Amino acid sequence: MSNSFYREIINEHNLHPIHKRILPRAGLSRRGVNPSCGDDITLQLTIEDGVIKEGAYSGNGCAISQASADMMLDLVIGKTPEEARHLSDIFFRMIKGKVTDEELEELEEAGSLQDVSHMPARVKCAVLSWHTLENMLE
Amino acid sequence: MNSTNIRNDFPIFLEKPSLVYLDNAATSQKPSGVIEAVSRFYKRQNANPLRGLYDLAQEATEVLEESREIVAGFIGAESPKEIIFTRNATESLNLVAYSYGTFLKEGDEILISVMEHHSNIIPWQQLSARSGAVLKYVECSGDGQITEEAFRVALSPRTKIVSMTQISNVLGTQNDIRTFARLAHEAGAVFVCDGAQSVPHIPVNVQDLDVDFLVFSGHKMLAPMGIGVLYGKKELLEKMPPFLTGGEMIEYVTRSEATWAELPHKFEAGTVNAAGAAGLRAAIEYYQALGFDAITEREEYLSELAFDALSAVPHLHILGSNEAKEHNGIFSFTLDGVHPHDIAEILNADGVCIRAGHHCAQVLMQHLNTPSTVRASLAFYNRKEDIEQLAESLKSVRRRMGYVE
Repeated sequence: MSNSFYREIINEHNLHPIHKRILPRAGLSRRGVNPSCGDDITLQLTIEDGVIKEGAYSGNGCAISQASADMMLDLVIGKTPEEARHLSDIFFRMIKGKVTDEELEELEEAGSLQDVSHMPARVKCAVLSWHTLENMLE
Repeated sequence: MNSTNIRNDFPIFLEKPSLVYLDNAATSQKPSGVIEAVSRFYKRQNANPLRGLYDLAQEATEVLEESREIVAGFIGAESPKEIIFTRNATESLNLVAYSYGTFLKEGDEILISVMEHHSNIIPWQQLSARSGAVLKYVECSGDGQITEEAFRVALSPRTKIVSMTQISNVLGTQNDIRTFARLAHEAGAVFVCDGAQSVPHIPVNVQDLDVDFLVFSGHKMLAPMGIGVLYGKKELLEKMPPFLTGGEMIEYVTRSEATWAELPHKFEAGTVNAAGAAGLRAAIEYYQALGFDAITEREEYLSELAFDALSAVPHLHILGSNEAKEHNGIFSFTLDGVHPHDIAEILNADGVCIRAGHHCAQVLMQHLNTPSTVRASLAFYNRKEDIEQLAESLKSVRRRMGYVE
């Protein structure tokens, strides 16, 4: 049986997410949906003093979409919206296979989704939360 | 039926001996006879059919018209004029909805079932929007049965069109088309049968079922992609207006108007897919050489195996009937805690091709309260080993997704 893409890090974030909850008083809230496969998340952020102070997601979908949202929130909480946009730019380029090793390091655990660049059918799952974030910060 | 001999007829299994192909409800693999028929057309018979007066064009015309006769015989049509070549079942359904749909007016009703494929829903939604006719649904039970009682309740004297699949592409359930067509006729409606999942697996006879229209796709029944069929009763097709207009569907054209060609050409605007029709003919001849008795016996045997193997996988839930034979080789299921797309990804890593998602049947998914499922679907050329590999991979999925059993 060949190795599959599901490594511990993705399984862990999918099965035991840190940020999967509902923020009762979030400043920003946005839903992201992949109509063809049914991934459906709602991302919530609270920005205070120019910093993403709180973040959470809810919804359902495949392991990649859920783990990606959880790892993204790990990264962006405590950052400024500009820093978050910088990270999402790196993430999108990683998925397109155009990223340097230094940039990959900036993504921390989210860099474990690099292999998605070879899995066209799963790209939309991995980028759903990042797209939702980008739309939110626009 | 000897599965080794059968598999030797399919070049893809010779190219990829370890291929575990269990997505037959999406499209079938193609035997060499079909591939050769397409190739032969382009190598030796290619000209624009129904046009040229030279020998080669005549031969291309014969290829097309002989295929039409073979199709007519295969589904028991009274005449080859009742066979319209389209691209697929979807186009055939659009043709009926558009053309027969011109007879509908506000207050009329269109009746379909909740288990229809999107191709048998959207054209009727669009017709409803155009005509003001009301689109109604007949419900099915949790195990996928549409009862006669439910059908009688949904039917009314205002019903003008009933359109229903013979076999569900999600649950595998077979609907009692003969009874529903009779009831539809008693109410004064025409009956459209979606045979996309049935014609490839069971004998379908339009006169026996007494349906007014039957649609199916070639590519799900061993034939090439891009060739499909609409059967329609001659008296209905004759009074219906054309769907697409243009070349080869006219009798006489002036600057401002035209008269229509005879059936079936009235509904075949533009150059038809004659090579596809030749491939469809070869596919039908392959079915006829094997015989539906042998095919049905083989597919029932594989269905039993698959049902038992899937039922033995912990945390797995099969949608629809608890009886293997009610599934007609189509099994949709869920696995606790694992999203269908993750299951498909892991099975792909093991070389197993299955489908995950809503299977173009979101109305049924909403009805069953399941956002998406995994679907394994069989054909007579599948092996016992294919099912064993499927079950073995499925048993490993939860562990590979990080669950500790």
